[in-house]
Amino acid sequence: MTFQVHGTAPSTCTGRVLIALYEKNVEDFQIVEVDLMKGEHKSPEFLKNQPFGQIPFIVDGDVQLFESRAICRYVAHKYADQGTPLYGATAADAALTEQWLEVEAQNYNGPIAALVFNLVFAPMFGAPRDDAVVAAQTAKLEAVLDVYEQRLSESKFLAGDFFSLADLAHMTYTHYLINMAHQGAMFDSRPHVKAWVAELFARPSYQKWLALPGHLH
Amino acid sequence: MPLCGKYIPPKCRVYGAPYSICTSRVIMTLMEKEVDYELRLLDTAGRDFRILTKEYKEPRYLALQPFGKTPLFQDSEVKMFESRAIIRYIARKHDDHGPHLYGTNEKERTMVDQWLEVEAQNYNPAIAPAVFHLVFAAWFGKIGDIRVINPSLERLEKVLDIYEAQLMKTRYLAGDFFSLADLSHLPFTHLLINHAGKGDLYSKRPFLKAWWEDIFSRPTWLKHLAKAFPHIYYDPNE
Repeated sequence: MTFQVHGTAPSTCTGRVLIALYEKNVEDFQIVEVDLMKGEHKSPEFLKNQPFGQIPFIVDGDVQLFESRAICRYVAHKYADQGTPLYGATAADAALTEQWLEVEAQNYNGPIAALVFNLVFAPMFGAPRDDAVVAAQTAKLEAVLDVYEQRLSESKFLAGDFFSLADLAHMTYTHYLINMAHQGAMFDSRPHVKAWVAELFARPSYQKWLALPGHLH
Repeated sequence: MPLCGKYIPPKCRVYGAPYSICTSRVIMTLMEKEVDYELRLLDTAGRDFRILTKEYKEPRYLALQPFGKTPLFQDSEVKMFESRAIIRYIARKHDDHGPHLYGTNEKERTMVDQWLEVEAQNYNPAIAPAVFHLVFAAWFGKIGDIRVINPSLERLEKVLDIYEAQLMKTRYLAGDFFSLADLSHLPFTHLLINHAGKGDLYSKRPFLKAWWEDIFSRPTWLKHLAKAFPHIYYDPNE
């Protein structure tokens, strides 16, 4: 039975899941396209599967699951014996992976999502861009990047010297902010952060995600 | 602690304040798992009605928790922060005794992760502004902003409708077992209902009401409240 990802490939949260699958050398999944433009994610049919009206959700045999970071954890555990070890090697590695995954969810995601919305999606939909929000959220993100700069001067990746789910979780939104909103300066000005982003974007999983149809360039 | 003889350090240490939302999550989990811990009182809000300490801004704390927040958790194997990461670690490490807060199999664990993410991504952002303005504002001698409170509560009600629908199907959020996902909701929800007077949002949804009354009456939660707010709550099980 095929692993189904319901969403759309270029979306930040769907992308997170796809990159995790690629890291685990899983390529025979099926993307079931959800038409956001037509509001399919708010249809009664969709809401039965994901009551918050958000993408992605997955169907894998008798497992049905939503929330991209929960799905990523599921993928990391299900395919633990193949591909990149996304939780490191030891229990302490796994604990730090969870820690930095929560840091992404609680500290990085908020500001970067607001910036990507205002700088990439709002102009696309002809919606007004909120300059006050952009200024405030940029300041917040820069403060987080200062912490990352310090951390990444101590270890190659966030949880340690190994690429983990924590780093992975950052990839799609960071791509949007740097490559679509052209806000790379705040990353480039911090040498360890800059090197870390270069590592992330060099990964084959990221390249495979970018090569999927639907991305706006 | 004995006056003489060998000092045996407790198994783990938590830095934070017991009345703080995030530290509460960790303390609750340790209590549920009956894990011995030591609390180092740190109040990152900088204003505490019992102890004033600015240790969280000092470089030696920031070296451990670079965001300057609490809780910070330490045991013989790890030093870590972020409450939802800590509680996953504790639940997994001590799975062999106490309630199975992470479920008993892969499928249950997956559901716990999903609903813990729901709490983090959907519930928390809706309830936090309301509690800040309805409860914490007064603690700092300020008045809450109704322009923040009302949209926050409206957003929360939409989430509560979804919870109501889920709780018609399962006794707790991740299934028919109490888990980290339910536990994570306790601190903010308690304040909204019992300190901000917004209990009607929950009592008017019968399955949500039953769920709340169940998790709120867990002996560990009542014990924790009595210890965290000794001037307000007592432990009815004592």
